[in-house]
Amino acid sequence: MNTEKKNMGNEMGQDFTLLAPTLEKYAGVPGSLITILQQAQEIYGYLSQEAILYISERTGILPAKIYGVATFYAQFRLQPVGKYLIMMCKGTACHVNGADRVEEAVVEHLGIQDGETTEDGIFTLNNVACLGCCSLAPVMMIKSAEGEETYGNLTKDSVVRILDEIRERESQEVQ
Amino acid sequence: MRVVIGQGSCGIAGGAKKTEDEVRKQLQERNMTDVTLDKTGCIGTCYLEPIVDVYGDDGILQARYVKVQPECVTDIIQEHLIEGKIKKEYAISEEDEKILLSQNRIVLRNCGIINPERIEDYIEIGGYEGAKKALTEMTPEEVIEEIKISGLRGRGGAGFPTWFKWNAARQSEGKEKYIVCNADEGDPGAFMDRSVLEGDPNSLLEGMIIGGYAMGACEGIIYVRAEYPLAIARLEIALGQARDRGFLGKGIFGTDWDFDIRIKAGAGAFVCGEETALIASLEGERGMPRLKPPFPAQKGYWQKPTNINNVETFANVPWIIMNGGSAFGAYGTEKSKGTKVFALAGKIKKGGLVEVPMGLSLEDVIFKTGGGIKNDKSCKAVQMGGPSGGCIPADLFDTPVTYEDINKTGAIVGSGGMIVMDENTCMVDMARYFLDFTRKESCGKCNYCRIGTKRMLEILERITEGKGRDGDIQLLEELALKVREGAMCGLGQTAPNPVLTTLRYFRNEYEDHIYNHKCTAKSCKALISYEVTDKCVGCTMCARHCPVNAIAGKVKEKHEIDTEICIKCGKCAESCKFGAIEVR
Repeated sequence: MNTEKKNMGNEMGQDFTLLAPTLEKYAGVPGSLITILQQAQEIYGYLSQEAILYISERTGILPAKIYGVATFYAQFRLQPVGKYLIMMCKGTACHVNGADRVEEAVVEHLGIQDGETTEDGIFTLNNVACLGCCSLAPVMMIKSAEGEETYGNLTKDSVVRILDEIRERESQEVQ
Repeated sequence: MRVVIGQGSCGIAGGAKKTEDEVRKQLQERNMTDVTLDKTGCIGTCYLEPIVDVYGDDGILQARYVKVQPECVTDIIQEHLIEGKIKKEYAISEEDEKILLSQNRIVLRNCGIINPERIEDYIEIGGYEGAKKALTEMTPEEVIEEIKISGLRGRGGAGFPTWFKWNAARQSEGKEKYIVCNADEGDPGAFMDRSVLEGDPNSLLEGMIIGGYAMGACEGIIYVRAEYPLAIARLEIALGQARDRGFLGKGIFGTDWDFDIRIKAGAGAFVCGEETALIASLEGERGMPRLKPPFPAQKGYWQKPTNINNVETFANVPWIIMNGGSAFGAYGTEKSKGTKVFALAGKIKKGGLVEVPMGLSLEDVIFKTGGGIKNDKSCKAVQMGGPSGGCIPADLFDTPVTYEDINKTGAIVGSGGMIVMDENTCMVDMARYFLDFTRKESCGKCNYCRIGTKRMLEILERITEGKGRDGDIQLLEELALKVREGAMCGLGQTAPNPVLTTLRYFRNEYEDHIYNHKCTAKSCKALISYEVTDKCVGCTMCARHCPVNAIAGKVKEKHEIDTEICIKCGKCAESCKFGAIEVR
């Protein structure tokens, strides 16, 4: 029964051999925890409890400390994310130019709040501090396996159109 | 001929990749093998993206085309590249060109001109000559002296003299010393560092080599934000090419000094702009500041002497070494020397980056260089210095932009972000926005910051929600002053600035919110209402768009909004073609 459970955990995409080279390189280098966590998140999309325990085992850093670092920085996620990560810029220029209304449109259209993922696993919405494209405010970046794409001068309508296009593409790929 | 497309993050967001694809496709289709396609960083005129430059075989710029969408490409290729005529319709206007030429570009000297992914471009226009000169012809003391003459002050926020920090690190004992570049541009609204990282990464590396030599460092580290993936990619390319050329590594420039630089990606924490927090983060810890002294120059990274400067500061250094400290000091004022890059954003017409001598008035920067306010609305204020800065009202726009004069207004120059606000920006909401930011970013180490920002935010939230109470203003003021005094690090000490400056210049807006239940900027949802005016022709459009069926009325008769049901989403006003719905 126990082994079965363990196997199921691994089937969820947490193949730790992928992280082994990173740990090989950094486990013994002091001050590398953030780098290791970044690599782990790059591979698995988020930091699972198992991943934190595995990193702890290999580096000798206590899980509580790893958890402390992971929750301190905005970049780290403890939950899986959708295929497309919407990074909604909440910088000052975006705020002044109506980012709240754009976010409202996304929330309404996708039915998710900041930090949540759609049921079909396609989109995750994340508010971020500033993407540095202030003169094109309001801005969002959408991150996926294909890379990052930045969209500027958003309006309530254009943001919905962009999301629909992605969804359309996805449903075609499935077919 | 050479076609160069600006591809900073902002250019790409403006559609530069699509334009590039179209140019490449057409060049191939027409088999124009004598035309090379190239890329560059951001020239700063973000409002004109995507930008396409055409250079002749002699290397001279023939034309700069702006807002080039894929559908413009055919015309440009046909008329300019084939027939040799400049396509004036798409070319940059005289006015915009004048703004570009009127700037004094030191930090941005290569941005939007060279290909940031090719070190040869940088070398060709004198790159790494500054490092060579410093390392082979000057002693470290002479380098520090030259920086002292230049009057260069830290461009990251505090404005501390750069030479002093370098000298302190040099004087510290020990062979193991570090030079760190803070590229964790956290101020939401400033993006000059991103532009340099993406557009001219080698100037940062060269500045760090010179700084490292001056202080006697063994290694350089660039702490760059993870939100800037393109910047990290271009930095990595630049580092690889600099190593291949022998500009980094063992015995560089024929000396016996070994020096290399590595990148450390930050993980998103505003407080890591504070030096000691940044060092904690470099060491893999939570980015929490500690008490100073000891200063990083004595005990920094792994308790070794460490010097931290930001990207813009370093990018000035090679120019100063090549042109002399006094040439740099010739720009600006007595105490605020040199040029400074400002990021213009918000309700401004010509948003982007500009580099001008310090000491120009706010009026000059915002109206002459920035083109004034979008949609010709009236300007209310400018926010400078991000969450640590403050709002300066339009009637103080004759203030010269120097560290000293801006400080007097209650704001700070900070990293140079200028967010321009018009009559529709609510100043109480702005203060709430910044407090929301600092409250989230407070590391939680000291009570004043952790609890003080939270309590201030609660008060500001209830004021913007129309639930402000008598005495709230006084309570806010008291809290703000206490947090400023009691917080341990710069984040907490400056967090009350947006509250204090808006209270100082826009107290009437606070009073209007609390006592008259009115938001004069018509921005706070709880304090506005939508009303149908006599312009209504009864087209029923608004009623059909209202998601809560709050609008009633017969066809061709004036409609009415039931304010009890209305959720103030604004969809009616957006859908009305007659401008018949007013916000009160």
